[in-house]
Amino acid sequence: MASDAVGALPDENGKQRLIVLENAGMIDPEDIESYMAVGGYATFNDVLQSMTPPEVIDQIRNSGLRGRGGAGYPAGLKWSTVGKALGAQKYVVCNGDEGDPGAFMDRSIMEADPHRVLEGMMIAAYAVGASQGYLYVRAEYPLAIKRLKHAIKQAEKHGLLGHNISGTPFSLSLQVRLGAGAFVCGEETALLASIEGRRGQPRPRPPYPAESGLWGCPTLINNVETYANVVPILREGAEWFAGIGTERSKGTKVFALSGRIARTGLIEVPMGITLREIIYDIGGGIPDGRKFKAVQTGGPSGGCIPAAHIDTPVDYESLKQVGSMMGSGGMIVMDDSSCMVDVAKYFLEFCMTESCGKCVPCRVGTAQMHGLLEKICEGEATLDDLEMLEELCDMVTNTSLCGLGQAAPNAVVTTLHFFRDEYMAHIVDKTCPAHVCPVSRKEAVQ
Amino acid sequence: MTRVVTLKIDDIDATGREDETVLEVAIEHGIQIPRLCALEGLTPVGACRLCLVEVAGSSKLLPACTTYVTEGMVVTTNSERLKKYRRMTIELLFTEGNHVCSVCVVNGRCELQNLAIRLGVDHMRIPYLYPKRIVDASHERFALDPNRCVLCTRCVRVCGEIEGAHTWDLMSRGIDSAVITDLNMPWGDSETCTACGKCVQVCPTGALFEKGMAVGEMTKRASFLATLTASREDGR
Repeated sequence: MASDAVGALPDENGKQRLIVLENAGMIDPEDIESYMAVGGYATFNDVLQSMTPPEVIDQIRNSGLRGRGGAGYPAGLKWSTVGKALGAQKYVVCNGDEGDPGAFMDRSIMEADPHRVLEGMMIAAYAVGASQGYLYVRAEYPLAIKRLKHAIKQAEKHGLLGHNISGTPFSLSLQVRLGAGAFVCGEETALLASIEGRRGQPRPRPPYPAESGLWGCPTLINNVETYANVVPILREGAEWFAGIGTERSKGTKVFALSGRIARTGLIEVPMGITLREIIYDIGGGIPDGRKFKAVQTGGPSGGCIPAAHIDTPVDYESLKQVGSMMGSGGMIVMDDSSCMVDVAKYFLEFCMTESCGKCVPCRVGTAQMHGLLEKICEGEATLDDLEMLEELCDMVTNTSLCGLGQAAPNAVVTTLHFFRDEYMAHIVDKTCPAHVCPVSRKEAVQ
Repeated sequence: MTRVVTLKIDDIDATGREDETVLEVAIEHGIQIPRLCALEGLTPVGACRLCLVEVAGSSKLLPACTTYVTEGMVVTTNSERLKKYRRMTIELLFTEGNHVCSVCVVNGRCELQNLAIRLGVDHMRIPYLYPKRIVDASHERFALDPNRCVLCTRCVRVCGEIEGAHTWDLMSRGIDSAVITDLNMPWGDSETCTACGKCVQVCPTGALFEKGMAVGEMTKRASFLATLTASREDGR
C-alpha cells in the first residue's frame, strides 16, 4: 500500500466529520480494486442503470452542495444549466489548479483517493450529457498527476470509461491536462483557454462556461472537492447531505491548517463549526504560549479575521460578512509575532506577480498598491499615501476583469479594517509593533 | 432570428439588435464611451476597463464592449463613479510606461493623450514606475517603442484576425507583460511579418509607428478596418 497518502488529522474530540476524506489514507490510491472494495464505482453503476440525468441533477440540487473552489455557487444550478444548454458536444472539467499559498486540500484528495474524483466526474458527465472530460492539474503536483493518469487507465480497463459504458449508450473519455505554473489558470475562463492551448488569460463573463466553455461548447467546470462530494450524496441521498452543515452551507469542508498552530494538516469539518473550535479543539491552539492574532482564510483572495471574530461560524455567508471568504480551504493561523501590514503586503505581492497582465487595474493597480505598502513598511509613507492605497483598493476591486484582480485588495482591505492601528504605527509613529518591517530596524539604528 | 430591442442609455431611448454590444449601440446614438482596447472590426477583449458602464440590476460594472444589449436594459455610461475610475485607469497607464508626449510621433493625435485631456487627467497622484524597455527599430519600415505601449492588444488581434499572420503575441505576465514579434525576436528578423502595417495603423498610441516621422507628424488610420471587414462580409 502506498503509505504516503495523507488523511485528516486525528480527530481527538469528535469535531471532524469525514466525508470527502473518508477513504484518504485508508485505501491504496494506486489500486482500483482497493477503491472498489470500499464500495467504489457502485454508485456510478447504480446511477447509470437506474437513474435518469434529471434525477441525478435533482439529487445534487436538493443536497444543497455548493462549489468548493471558493465562490460557493450552487452546484445543482450549474449542473442543470449545462444539462439544459443546447449542443451536441459537451465537456466536464475538473479544476485541480490549486494554487493558494498554504493550501493542499485538492492535492491530498487527488493523491489519496483519485478514483473518487473520477467517479464524481463520471456521474457529472452522465448528468449533463458530456462525453469528454479534462482534469486540469498543476504541474507542481507530480504525484497527483501520476495517480490520476494511472486511475484513468485502470478505469478504462474495467470498462468504466470508454464507449457504451456497461452496455448503456453513455460514453466518456477523461484526460489529464497540466497547468504550467500560473495561479490565474485556476480562474475558470483562463483554465479553459489553457486547455485549448491558448495563453492562460481570463475573458469577461457572460457568456459563462456552462453556456460557452471549451471550444465554445457547454462545459461543466467544478473543483476537485466538489466532485469528491458527488459520490456520497448519491450513495446516501440528498437529504442525508442536506442534514449536515448550516441552512445555506451544506455538508463539510476540507481545510488545510497551517501557520502558528500546534497541529498543522488537513481537517474536514461540518459547515457551521466556529473558527475557535478549529483552531483550539482540532488544531491544539497557538504554540509557545503566544497570543492568537488572526486567521487568514480564502487564500490570497481572502482576508484576515481578527481574534474578536474567532467565534464566527465557518460557512460561505458568515466568512463573507467579516470581509473574508471560504475560498478553496487554506487556513493560515497567525500569532502576535506577525505584522499585519507585512502579511497584507505578502498576499498582495502574490496577486501582483500572478496577475496575467490583461486588464489595467490588476496589472498596474496591484503594482502601485505594492509600492505604497512597501513605503509603509519602510516607514516612509504619509497619510496621503494611505488614502491613495484605499482609493486603489476600491478601484481595483470594482474594475478588474476577473476574480483574481477583484479580490486582490482583500488582504489589504481586511487588515485596514481590523488592524488600522498597525498601519498608523508604521505611518505616524514610524514603528512596527511586531518588529517585522524594515522601519523597526531603522528605529533601532537611531 | 435576431431580435431588435429597445433600451435606455444615459436617459436616451435607443434601439439595437440583440447581437450588438452596448458600445456599438451607444456610438450609433451619439454617445462616446472612453475606450482603448476596443476597435470596430476586432474581437472585443474587455481589457482596458475604460468602457465599464453601470447596468441597472447588475451589482458589477460591465464592459460596454463585451456586453450585449437586452430588452429594457438601463445603462449609465457617465456617472461620477465611472469618471473617477476612468481617470484612475488613465493615471495607471501613464505611470506604467514612459509616456513623453512632447517627443512622440503621435503627439496631438494619440488616443491615450486625448482621453487624458477629455477626462481631465492633468497630473499624476501615484509615482511613475519608469520601466526599462528597449525600442525595436530593426524593421525596415516600422518601429516599436514599448515605452508607449498600453497592452491593448489591438496589434495582436489585427495581425491574427485580419492579416492572418499572427506575428504579434504577448509574453510574460503582470506588470512585465509585453508585446513581442514571433518568438520574441527582433521585428526585422520576423519570418511571419508581411510588413502590411495594419498593426501600426490600429495602435492607439505611438508605440507602433512608421519610420521617418517627426514629432507629432504621424496620423493613425484605423478606418481601413471597418471597410475591410464590411467588404469581406459582402464577399461571403
